[in-house]
Amino acid sequence: MASVEFQNISKTFGAFVAVPDISFQIADGEFICLLGPSGCGKTTSLRMIAGLETPSSGRVMIGGRDVTYLHPKDRGISMVFQDYALYPHMNIADNIAYPLKVRGEAETKRHARAKDVADVLKIGDLLKRLPSQISGGQQQRTSLARALVYPSEVYLFDEPLSNLDAKLRLEARGFLNHLQRDMGMTAVYVTHDQAEAMALATRIAVMDKGRIVQFAPPIEIYRRPATTFVANFVGNPPMNLVPVEASVGDGALHLRADGLQVAPIELTDAVAKAARSGKMTLGVRPEHLRIAGATDHNILSGELFANENMGPESLVTLERGDNGRVTARIFTDDEIKVGTSVHLAFDARHVTLFDDTGARIPAADER
Amino acid sequence: MKKFSLLSTRAGALFLAPATALVGVFVIVPFFWVIFVSFTNRTLLGRTAVDPDFVGLQNYFALFNPATFFTRGQFGFSLILTIQFVLLSALIGQALLGLLLAWLSQTVTPTLKSFLQTAVIAAWILPEVVIGFAWFAFLDYDNGTLNMILRGLGLPPGDWLLQQPFWVIVFFNTWRGAAFSMMLFNSAFQSIPPSYFQAADVAGATSWQKLRDIALPLIRGHVVTDLILITMWTFNVFTPFLLTHGGPSYRTEILSIYTYRIAFKDFEFGKGAAVGVVIMLINLAFALVYLRLAHKKPVEAE
Repeated sequence: MASVEFQNISKTFGAFVAVPDISFQIADGEFICLLGPSGCGKTTSLRMIAGLETPSSGRVMIGGRDVTYLHPKDRGISMVFQDYALYPHMNIADNIAYPLKVRGEAETKRHARAKDVADVLKIGDLLKRLPSQISGGQQQRTSLARALVYPSEVYLFDEPLSNLDAKLRLEARGFLNHLQRDMGMTAVYVTHDQAEAMALATRIAVMDKGRIVQFAPPIEIYRRPATTFVANFVGNPPMNLVPVEASVGDGALHLRADGLQVAPIELTDAVAKAARSGKMTLGVRPEHLRIAGATDHNILSGELFANENMGPESLVTLERGDNGRVTARIFTDDEIKVGTSVHLAFDARHVTLFDDTGARIPAADER
Repeated sequence: MKKFSLLSTRAGALFLAPATALVGVFVIVPFFWVIFVSFTNRTLLGRTAVDPDFVGLQNYFALFNPATFFTRGQFGFSLILTIQFVLLSALIGQALLGLLLAWLSQTVTPTLKSFLQTAVIAAWILPEVVIGFAWFAFLDYDNGTLNMILRGLGLPPGDWLLQQPFWVIVFFNTWRGAAFSMMLFNSAFQSIPPSYFQAADVAGATSWQKLRDIALPLIRGHVVTDLILITMWTFNVFTPFLLTHGGPSYRTEILSIYTYRIAFKDFEFGKGAAVGVVIMLINLAFALVYLRLAHKKPVEAE
């Protein structure tokens, strides 16, 4: 196992800039998720670690060694591909053992090793089948087995679960989580599924337009999203973002928006500075909203837009006067009728404020 | 359940009719006519031109007469020459060179790749008569380009068409046809998902290992199609006639040229037709062998 480092990496394809300038460090044994929408440069970054793309500038280090221009095979990496890249004409045993075959291992030895790995991944009884004869989940584990069959410094995953259906994805995710804890592997995992990133990563790099917007542990990303982009990307459903007009008076911050009632907020230096533009964004997570009672001071109100019952909770979406929508996760069985007006309450400590550039304003209790 | 159809049966038949008529007149009828003529002593001139006799298998016996079979200018000599010609110029030359070029062009830069393809395809799209004369000019003893290059390098010139006529037509046919195989293999390679090769790259496979273990097994069907087509084409190709006229002294008289000489120079239609039938049977045998290879399932490893 080894560390991975990007030093001022950029990558352009012709006139298109995929990655303008990225630097980060991944410590030995970390499981890093590169999370972002499609086209954000996460796969390109992964492929530069793998050596399948060469950076336009900058250096890639693995285990302190400069591997920027090394061939993939000389980097000590394994990779799992989104489409699994299983060879349709080889059976499962040969697919798993292929990396050993190209290393010149004898057939009996490499098949024994393939069997060992396959047993760990619970596909030991499928070794003689062809890839087309096994299920998607089994194919996924076969490609995982092929990556694990030889020792590597770093394991790379390119959206390995995105071709699975929801149930299998959950199962495979749990399995990967267990495996990571078992092996303590250094891994870089690309995904656009925030739940996958939250569940697997020790740290998440949220990427947007070729830049890393925030690089932090999952809980940090969730609790203190660096920007409105991160807030809007992480969480299911994502954080509610309400554009508000900000003004300072009586030594406190006052926020105004259609359907919003909020008690004056403590004025810190950071808040005062951000308030100068007069524009802010107020963020509240859906799970921090509840049906308002008589004593609540912080309230979002509007017409009910949709009420989706998910079993344990309901997703209640209301439409405020200016057409902005707010979604709440309500843990109640109370029937709410469409078109009726709904009042949702939240606590001041659950409010996240962003300035007019979208950057988070540090809360009063931070620093 | 009623099967979905775009046209009524009658309209379909109407659309098929012109093609059927053309195929009938120019393919089916000649096919049976050649078989029929091969059992007669029909000629272009003389009594047998008007009133040929039925001679049974006499034409075939003449072709396979053991006394003259291997003599230059006879059927057996041409047959063996043609087999050598097909092996060397089609299977080794065109298919192998085409495969190699296609494989190499997967890794080079797009600019170099398009240049390579243009150069190779140019040899393929030029009219046959044009390239026939171009090669004639290229190989000419006194003023040919090749000998000028050799003299320039201080090497002895050669009268290639006289001294090495067979290798000239082998080389010529390879040059002429490699483009087809290259294009076919090229598109076949491009149909393989890139991740297959990337996974092999990460695993540490060499280019040769990737070709042997991944690319070739996956384009097996294309390889067979290519081999069927170029074997047929090379077996029946007539273009070398433009370079050597089958000579000198029958040394490049492959079967197509032999047939032409028998039928249209010696005017022995019956015998020429018999050669045609034999060529047809050989082609059929080739096709059956290749198709068997194509349909054979990949062997499952133990």
